[in-house]
Amino acid sequence: MGKHLEERLMLGLMLASLALVTGSLFLILGTVIAKGLPALNLAMLTQVPKGGYYLGKEGGILNAIAGSLAMATGATALSFVLSLGVALYLQLFVRQSSRFAHLVRLSLDVLWGVPSIVYGAFGFTLLLLLKMRASLLGGVIALALLELPIMVRGMEEVMGMVPFGLKEASYALGATRLETSLHVLLRQAAPGVVTVILLAFGRAIGDAASVLFTAGYTDHMPSSPLRPVASLPLAVFFQLGTPLPEVQQRAYAAALVLVVIIMIISLLTRLLARRLSKHVVR
Amino acid sequence: MTVKRMRQLTDSLAGYAMGALAVLVAALVLFIVVALAGRARPLLDIQSPLELLTSSEWHPQQGKFGFLTFIVGTFWVTLLAMALALPPCLLCAIYLAEYAPRRLRGMVKPTIDLLAGIPSVVYGLWGILMVVPFIRDTITPLAAHHLGAIPLLRADNPTGYGILSGGVVLAVMVFPVIISVAEEVIRAVPDGMREAALALGATRWQMVKGVTLRRALPGIIAAVVLGFSRAFGETMAVMMVVGNVPKIPRSLFDPAYPLPALIANNYGEMMSIPMYDSALMAAALVLLLIVLAFTIAARLILLQAVRRAS
Repeated sequence: MGKHLEERLMLGLMLASLALVTGSLFLILGTVIAKGLPALNLAMLTQVPKGGYYLGKEGGILNAIAGSLAMATGATALSFVLSLGVALYLQLFVRQSSRFAHLVRLSLDVLWGVPSIVYGAFGFTLLLLLKMRASLLGGVIALALLELPIMVRGMEEVMGMVPFGLKEASYALGATRLETSLHVLLRQAAPGVVTVILLAFGRAIGDAASVLFTAGYTDHMPSSPLRPVASLPLAVFFQLGTPLPEVQQRAYAAALVLVVIIMIISLLTRLLARRLSKHVVR
Repeated sequence: MTVKRMRQLTDSLAGYAMGALAVLVAALVLFIVVALAGRARPLLDIQSPLELLTSSEWHPQQGKFGFLTFIVGTFWVTLLAMALALPPCLLCAIYLAEYAPRRLRGMVKPTIDLLAGIPSVVYGLWGILMVVPFIRDTITPLAAHHLGAIPLLRADNPTGYGILSGGVVLAVMVFPVIISVAEEVIRAVPDGMREAALALGATRWQMVKGVTLRRALPGIIAAVVLGFSRAFGETMAVMMVVGNVPKIPRSLFDPAYPLPALIANNYGEMMSIPMYDSALMAAALVLLLIVLAFTIAARLILLQAVRRAS
């Protein structure tokens, strides 16, 4: 009965792998919560760093929270406008099997794989070209590029699921391609598009490597698009790099805040996707 | 009639604008390559690309920039991560595609998605708090005691910050990438083939081994290459635990200095030393080109696999 023994053995290994993979998520979340929760207090969330903050004196990471939210929001908005155009174009304005459509899709796949540090370096060369310095705007541009492939491919996927008959019906009523895009395709795909936007937002808010060069860091609240901004991932990174345990504690708290934001986005995605899909024709 | 003309005009104008955007996207990779190459130019004018890639001398103050140490370091960490991640990822993907009841699958998928959504610095923090101490206090003494004779496993780095830590953290980071792509290609194998194998009296695992995996192999290879290219460019998490010593590593316990870490670590001083900014942009270009090669290879394999399946 060798083959049944093998079956059992492999099934055991598979279950162990599954436990390892899901377990690692809980291990990571558990570590961040266990270390971050004791370090978290109201002052962390409501104050900016004061004098001597990096020596353990008082202050908080409000600058980083506000900076991250501002950058990720700006980047998501910019990326959404660009991506929507490209996705609708690929869906309705060119033949699906045309060479150009294939080229754009291949390019998006390749962009999806470009490391975020490369987006950061590219954003940096753009800033030099425009004679700008590390700033909110620089961070927004780098993050928008990072989000672009996620958004376009995601939107294309959800738009592709809209039944063909609906598009035909719209054309038959005399609607143009643009009208069909906005009134039929986009409206039908709305729940999916919202999910995609949130996914891209989550990706942007957690990214550190691309904002390192392009957004800089500051102890002040974001004030102008042309000034540097702080961000949560860099707040974690920089405070962890200091030798003082009090300051490292704050890195744990900042990481917890970041993880909570990511979890909220993930929950929101699930809830919204369900609620919004009520009005979709299937 | 004028209303109709207006609508048609708006339609074609929008078409042109969106088409222009699509062209921009199609050319974006090229823009990035050209922009980075432009910045790296001053350095490439004095040092040949071949010399940059094959020299391991790194003395920015003396104008000596060799990337070999960093390229080798990146490969060490990435290959180790892939070796660690591959077996559990494949088993997990097979389980999810072939064995898991629907409800369990519905519970596991969000977990894996969440794992993909955790920011890189949080992985790095976890590495510092958990992986590094574990390797420093448990694995290193064990290896020093029992495995000291094997050169690849010589454990004389007491800090815990090194390739092994980087590899473990990176392995967990690529779990979601490999699992989701591998599961998808395994699922794509036609049911008829499975049924044929089962009808011949094969057990489930025999069917997986003999039919599903054989059929899904190109897709699985693509998943692995995709995971590799993802891991190769990962910056923050690896940089936080890998030690960052610019020396070619000799053992899994040695520290390494991967290419992305080099770029991220030195952005502060890059404007104060001549040619340093050129060198870092050249490093970004090298990183991009290596990742591009792997990504395109993976896509071609996937495309081939899809064509063969249909």
